Amino acid sequence: MTDLLDSLLGGLALGAVYALVALGFVVIFKASGVLNFAHGSLLLFGGYLIAVLHDDLGFAGALALAVVVTAALAGALDRFLLQRGGHDAHSAHVQTIVTIGVDIVLLTELARRIGGDLLTLGDPWGDAVTELGPLTIADSRLAAIAVSAVVITGVFALFRFTSWGLSLRAAAEDMEAAALMGVRLGRVRAGAWCVAGALAALAAVFLAAFPAPGLERTTGQIALNAFPAAILGGLASPTGALAGSLVIGLTEALVVGYQSELHVLGDGFGEVAPYAVMLLVLLVRPNGLFGARGAARV
Amino acid sequence: MSDRITALLTRRRATLLVVAVVLCLPPFYLDAFWLRIGLFSMAAAIGAIGLALLSGTAGQLSLGHAFFLAVGAYGYTWLAGDPGPGLPTALAVPLAVLMAGLAGGLFSPVAGRVKGIYLGIATLALVFLGHHVLLTAESVTGGFNGRSVPPLSVGGFTFDADGELNVLGVPFGAEERLWFLGLALFALTWFTARGLLRSRPGRALAALRDSETAAAVMGVDVARHRSAAFVVSSMYAGLAGVLLALAFRRVVPDYFGLVLSVDYLAMIVIGGLGSVAGATAGAVFVTALPLLMTRYADQLPLVAAPGSTEGAVGPTEAARYLYGAAIVLVLLYAPDGLHGLVRRARDRLRRRRTPTTAPHTAVPSPPPPAAAARPKEHTP
Repeated sequence: MTDLLDSLLGGLALGAVYALVALGFVVIFKASGVLNFAHGSLLLFGGYLIAVLHDDLGFAGALALAVVVTAALAGALDRFLLQRGGHDAHSAHVQTIVTIGVDIVLLTELARRIGGDLLTLGDPWGDAVTELGPLTIADSRLAAIAVSAVVITGVFALFRFTSWGLSLRAAAEDMEAAALMGVRLGRVRAGAWCVAGALAALAAVFLAAFPAPGLERTTGQIALNAFPAAILGGLASPTGALAGSLVIGLTEALVVGYQSELHVLGDGFGEVAPYAVMLLVLLVRPNGLFGARGAARV
Repeated sequence: MSDRITALLTRRRATLLVVAVVLCLPPFYLDAFWLRIGLFSMAAAIGAIGLALLSGTAGQLSLGHAFFLAVGAYGYTWLAGDPGPGLPTALAVPLAVLMAGLAGGLFSPVAGRVKGIYLGIATLALVFLGHHVLLTAESVTGGFNGRSVPPLSVGGFTFDADGELNVLGVPFGAEERLWFLGLALFALTWFTARGLLRSRPGRALAALRDSETAAAVMGVDVARHRSAAFVVSSMYAGLAGVLLALAFRRVVPDYFGLVLSVDYLAMIVIGGLGSVAGATAGAVFVTALPLLMTRYADQLPLVAAPGSTEGAVGPTEAARYLYGAAIVLVLLYAPDGLHGLVRRARDRLRRRRTPTTAPHTAVPSPPPPAAAARPKEHTP
């Protein structure tokens, strides 16, 4: 029983971090129709900045600066590279590939700088743990759950209550009509990329914190697990991204927790379990759990 | 009029002959490094053409190509090898291709229903699950270290370095022999794919891409055609996998990862979606560029010799930077890919050669880009 609760709590924390990454995918896809393959390197970029800066600025200062700089980088990437391609569906495909090129350059540079090192981010939680009845949970995981909850609520509030959020939703609904109503597509898009960049930098903190050994050159690849999370929920639905992330986080934690019972599936099945779950969901609901069933009009 | 058509036909045939002769020359003049680049490019082109049929024509995005390449490569190795049935290698090739097609068919419940970018990520699952299986099913795949690939032999002729073979005074090793095999398979792919695009199912697929509703109303069975396109594309990928396995002489799971799938996607977009020639050009670009750059990067300024000092930019990194930058630049300045670039250049040349006499006798205006012909899509 304790094992189960342990796995569930771990899965919740993992899901909370995935949610930060998956929400980034969804915000970008909603605003620009682009699947951002450079998200993993943006995440690594944010983490690397914190690792380099925290000695001089302290953790909070380094985190704040890293979030701002990563957001600016993502925004600039969209504004100065991707938006040159235009806004229609065909160019979204092309821009998706452009993000692959950007990812290759950014990842090579970061991997070269990080090398084989394990970088610490100097987070305040260290390896402290909290006793919750029979359970022991790392403080960094509790922090991940709490911070994600606050930040994600904040992002949803941005969608709901700001004029930028309204413009974004209008543009996602019908780009042409929104543009005719005076929505500046370019700015709305770049804003969405900034939000996604900030979320990625924040996620890097928790991906490198305690149960994990630190920030490595491969940390960005974890962002890939947020792909199934985003798809599972429906790529254009922020709520779906949340639900999908929780499903993926719990699945991964449970499969890892009960690995000995699941030995038939082979070692390391936990890493690919998210994809298996995603396939099963897509079989039943081809547009994801919360994806709208596109009505065809002639 | 009919004279002009025959003239055109013979000119076509002459061009084809010249191209074929030129493609047969490299083994007599170039060393193994270049031949290997050529072989990998040909294998990549076969796979990319398959993906172009799927993505460019049926409008489906697939990131699962690495999986089907793996099915082809491992299928051949297992069928022809030991442990495995140990079939004659010439029989193992078509069977491996069929296996890849079968794998694509098994995926059709998803491939027939899931659309666009969703299919892209769904097929991503195949790559990860496939990689897991390759690592786990050691008795078939050899696990992490992979398996060595038995050389292909057809009617007593073996495609490897064994035995003396001199053609016109040039010693023919494995690369030289495989070059002609690759060329034959590539020619097969090129003509079948072009034929398929012009055939009735090809047109049905194009209709499907432009408007699903319209195609369905015209009597195109949407799900069946989508699945069929997926199966055909996986078979081409399987063939590419066989050729790659023969060229590498060893298959390892880590090669068939996400990076490979992404490379294939990059090939068809860089080449220009939906064209066979474009896919070929993109395949050569994506395959040859990193290899060439790794080889020659140390001659660039600011690049250190491999493993010299900590933190210096080595040739491998320099090659990656240039490769990434090349992808970005090509797509920024030619969003319709290399194919579109060539077409625009040709149109401009033609326009210059025939000064505008009367607008209606001038060359036919270039077809509108595919994006413009497509109706406005609803963002989900």
